[in-house]
Amino acid sequence: MLALSFQSVSKIFQTPRGSLQALDGVSFDIQKGEFFGLLGPNGAGKTTLISILAGLAKATSGRIVVNGFDVQKDAAQTRMQLGVVPQELVFDPFFNVREALRFQSGYFGISKNDDWIDELLNSLGLTDKANSNMRLLSGGMKRRVLVAQALVHKPPVIILDEPTAGVDVELRQTLWQFIAKLNREGHTVLLTTHYLEEAEALCGRIAMLKQGRVVALDHTSSLLKNASSNVLRFKLDEQLPPELAAQARITGRIVQFPANDAQQIENYLSAVRLAGLKAQDIEIRKADLEDVFLDVMGSSS
Amino acid sequence: MRGWQALFYKEILRFWKVAFQTVAAPVLTALMYLLIFGHVLEDRVQVYEGVSYTSFLIPGLVMMSVLQNAFANSSSSLIQSKMMGNLVFILLTPLSPWNWFCAYVLSSVVRGVAVGLGVLCVTMWFTPLQVVAPWWIFIFGFLGAGMLGAMGVIAGLWAEKFDQMAAFQNFVIMPMTFLSGVFYSIHSLPDFWETASHFNPFFYMIDGFRYGFFGQSDVSPWLSLLLVGSAWFVVSTIALHLLKIGFKIRG
Repeated sequence: MLALSFQSVSKIFQTPRGSLQALDGVSFDIQKGEFFGLLGPNGAGKTTLISILAGLAKATSGRIVVNGFDVQKDAAQTRMQLGVVPQELVFDPFFNVREALRFQSGYFGISKNDDWIDELLNSLGLTDKANSNMRLLSGGMKRRVLVAQALVHKPPVIILDEPTAGVDVELRQTLWQFIAKLNREGHTVLLTTHYLEEAEALCGRIAMLKQGRVVALDHTSSLLKNASSNVLRFKLDEQLPPELAAQARITGRIVQFPANDAQQIENYLSAVRLAGLKAQDIEIRKADLEDVFLDVMGSSS
Repeated sequence: MRGWQALFYKEILRFWKVAFQTVAAPVLTALMYLLIFGHVLEDRVQVYEGVSYTSFLIPGLVMMSVLQNAFANSSSSLIQSKMMGNLVFILLTPLSPWNWFCAYVLSSVVRGVAVGLGVLCVTMWFTPLQVVAPWWIFIFGFLGAGMLGAMGVIAGLWAEKFDQMAAFQNFVIMPMTFLSGVFYSIHSLPDFWETASHFNPFFYMIDGFRYGFFGQSDVSPWLSLLLVGSAWFVVSTIALHLLKIGFKIRG
């Protein structure tokens, strides 16, 4: 059974400087019960796609179907299916946490929801903040309330748009435990994030967007398998020669080369030695999702 | 509880939590108008036979407060939610355009009527007030507040910044309410301005409302009802249409 179906979704924004194609024929399906990751650099179109899914924006062409309901034609039914955690840290300054959650339940036509609200507060570590005004909460606490607000109507499909942006380690742990539990209970989860480690750990399948197009779509394990299997990593105090630097990923002192076999690793190391440089803390590790991501984003341009 | 009722209740609570600003302040403003204009004009102006100027002024001030506050409620709620970004919580729900319309307009009516009653209670102390035909008072009070609530929805959707909202309020709503005969009878105006006033729907709201108190008015209350009802219908249709197409709120 399909939970989400994106069918050639395109979006063109008219701006004063001309038209901008934010999405260009995006198509993919998500099965019920999947934990699905949508990755891509800033401006790739992730949030635009989620806005169209959530009914916050209209597609220029194409359609999105949620549990059999068309996002545009059956707007009300679709929104009953979806629990959307928006990326922006927004809140209603007039109310406290419990009031905000009660009103949100009310908008979905649910009047007595305190049992579920209590469970949400408890699972997200918000119980002692229930009567605090939204204005007085820290950023992380506001983020938790956003998650709770998205779940008041127990939606079968949960959409998380960068829920861990600017959030501390503890909340990330709490949040992922809770979301993983909901996923085990059968909720479908669609996640966008810039933390590729999280995506690798959580998502069964992943789509990568670049400039409004799907440039990779596969099981996380297959994506990892198909990439260069190893990465040579070392530290360097000096500058790499330009021809070597072009092949490497450099973060401060850390230099990383994608490598498929032992021969390639030796070649890189000898090239460094011949350039008269001294590599320190040399290690060889398995390629992770970040390597795959950079590979895909680099090669598809 | 149905979804729209939750939104309606939230909108009421939103202004009630800051009632000092949203109810008490406009009541005080109206009282100031009464004290100053009443003091200056009481012995100089008589509009209707047997009605003192202060008495004449009170229904006008009540209606002006009803209209301005009904407008302020829906418009400020929408613009604030848009600027703060928390409108998204309502956009993500299954609430229909009709649900939005009913919740925002009815809560505006409640605020307008609350302020109107406040003004009435405070100003009643200054002069005895007759009530000849209470039904006209109710009808024009509700229609006027409903129309301004719907105008507030339109302005709230249209405005992208607070200064655009302030422009709408100061350059459209304020002149239309002040030039509608709150402080004078339009018969006292030069011909041109008297004719111009007949194109202002606010004039008919206040004239019809005042008829309910004194049984006297510049035009027949039935004519006022017809015109105010038509204006209400047109404005409501536009507001509903904008909500249906998600004007400036669903990209």
